[in-house]
Amino acid sequence: MNLAIKDISYNIGRFVLTAVGIGMLLMVVMGMGGIYRGVVEDATLLIDRLDADLWVVQRSTRGPFAEISRVPAKLSDRALAVPGVRVAREFVYHTIQRQDGDRVLRMAVLGLSWPTDKGDWIPLVEGRPLGQSRFELIADQTLKLPLGKQIEIGNEVYQVVGISRGMISSAGDGIAFLSSADALAVQLDVPGEAVRLERAARESRGRLFDVGIQQPALLENATRQSGQLPAIARPSISAVLVTLEHPSDAKAVAEVIGGWTDVTVYTADEQRNLLLKGSVEKVRSQIGLFRILLTIIATIIMALILYTLTLDKLHSIALLKLIGASNSVLLGLILQQALILGASGFAIAYVVGQQIFPKFPRRVIITSEDLIQLAAIVFVISIASSGLGVWKAMVVSPNEALA
Amino acid sequence: MSTPLPADDPSAKIAIKAESLTKIYGAGNTEVVAMRDASMTVMAGEVVALLGPSGSGKSTFLTAVGLINPPTSGKIYIANQLIMDGPKALTNLRSFRRKHLGFVFQKSNLIPFLKAGENVQIACELNGLSSRQARIRALELLDYLGIKDRSQSYPSMLSGGQQQRVAVARALANRPSVILADEPTAALDSFRGRQVMELFTKVAHEQGTSVIVVTHDHRSLDVFDTLYEMEDGKLTQKAKEPLAVAH
Ligand SMILES: Nc1ncnc2c1ncn2[C@@H]1O[C@H](COP(=O)(O)OP(=O)(O)OP(=O)(O)O)[C@@H](O)[C@H]1O
Ligand SMILES: [Mg+2]
Repeated sequence: MNLAIKDISYNIGRFVLTAVGIGMLLMVVMGMGGIYRGVVEDATLLIDRLDADLWVVQRSTRGPFAEISRVPAKLSDRALAVPGVRVAREFVYHTIQRQDGDRVLRMAVLGLSWPTDKGDWIPLVEGRPLGQSRFELIADQTLKLPLGKQIEIGNEVYQVVGISRGMISSAGDGIAFLSSADALAVQLDVPGEAVRLERAARESRGRLFDVGIQQPALLENATRQSGQLPAIARPSISAVLVTLEHPSDAKAVAEVIGGWTDVTVYTADEQRNLLLKGSVEKVRSQIGLFRILLTIIATIIMALILYTLTLDKLHSIALLKLIGASNSVLLGLILQQALILGASGFAIAYVVGQQIFPKFPRRVIITSEDLIQLAAIVFVISIASSGLGVWKAMVVSPNEALA
Repeated sequence: MSTPLPADDPSAKIAIKAESLTKIYGAGNTEVVAMRDASMTVMAGEVVALLGPSGSGKSTFLTAVGLINPPTSGKIYIANQLIMDGPKALTNLRSFRRKHLGFVFQKSNLIPFLKAGENVQIACELNGLSSRQARIRALELLDYLGIKDRSQSYPSMLSGGQQQRVAVARALANRPSVILADEPTAALDSFRGRQVMELFTKVAHEQGTSVIVVTHDHRSLDVFDTLYEMEDGKLTQKAKEPLAVAH
């Protein structure tokens, strides 16, 4: 006869309630681990998907994710000229937050280096890669923009031509892929009035300078577009992504490009580390610590529950001692219940989690590695937290049965 | 480890023998001598009543010979073995209890999460019977005590008298040499109380089990073979009253 199961089936209502409670608690622990994984995965996802061998960014910055990086647009041509470089792509990247109807539309805008890169590498669930150099975009499905939708960003209207899956910025926002020209236009979108004010300011500044006074024709230039001014550079891009002929040349090529005084070069691994050590580090350790805290809380609560369960049975335990039950019988009763409770809680956590986690705004990734780890933790918690109950059961005198 | 019992009368089998048991609770100012120099010899199949006012030390004596509550001094022999030498146990008390002693107490002491049958069955299983054998034995015992039909009921669904019968069945589970009962009928009306007392006599006479019953119920004294009285920790044998002898 299994006493543990007999007791559970006698008090089945209470057991189910307790198991559900522990299950929910474990689900939170599990979810916290999943969120942690999600943050780490999301952080490096873009870097992995972009699959560049080298990242060329503004000198001395840790860009373009950890901080802002600005490099001249023509840098990609310069990089392409370096022996060993197969492809050099412009990389334009920034996050915008706009209103879409009454919904806040927050997206990371990533410029594709048209025509080298039409976005063929992006995993699409619907639609197609970019088909023209401007006014098309591929939206991640988390942005919830339907295929074919026309959206207005800044002064232009863009059409959603493709829907991607799992393309998320390190901050968890869905990515919108535009051609880099469009991405720059979005980034540098300035209201007409601001443009006019800027031109007026340029003109009046010019009038005060010798050059302006001596060559009034120059002042005409002041009212032209910024891009057309010979003295003002084209808008800058965030970085240049270099793909090599042979990945083994990375070190040599990085040395050459790194020698240019206006840029710094990172390998993909270095870039990944910059992110993990930098922008997501705090979130990561925050969630990690919270997870540890939750595990401790779960242990305490389970210990409390198992202790109470044992206390409730103390009279029966004393009675069993009185009629001669050995310690192993009593130990079996308490430990088996602890393990059954832990296992049921874990199962409930898993099943409910599978239903709930996909509905979270950010990815919750439950790896089997984490599941095994949590199962081991629950096992240890169950055993350890029955310690108090076991101790109580061992010291209770059979006399108590008579009280 | 055990010393053979020095039997006074070699023809009768001695089931239990308590020699000069003394129990002192606490020390110094709070010292209570609950039992002093109490001796008792119970033969196999003998049914003994233990009477006495509240606080006189009856439970102290019963739990001492029940190997639950070691005496401060004195010797206890059960089944021809010296088990307690003062507070010192000479064997594994828990397994000895399992094999040789059965207990019945005032409140039914059944395990609430086990059905009546299972309460008896567990006692057999603890003593090494397979669960099938144990189940058969449990049903036999419940049948013997006339409550086989309630074997699937949880204790909470049984009346006090039925619970006590199950408790008696459990006490009998491992064919003990001695059953110790502390006010087993206190929670029962006099009719059912008497039924339980008669059950003890039946068991003792049919199975040769010795029974020591602590009781306040003077109406059932006629069923006992021997009466003892405890007063202020002192144990004395009492002559059976003429009325009781007439049974
Ligand atoms: N654990 C204990 N600690 C201290 N004193 C105790 C303890 N148990 C019993 N006593 C004392 O020992 C004495 C005998 O108690 P005992 O329980 O044996 O009496 P009893 O004859 O069974 O009484 P009742 O008829 O009320 O059950 C009492 O004075 C009691 O207060
Ligand atoms: Mg008492």
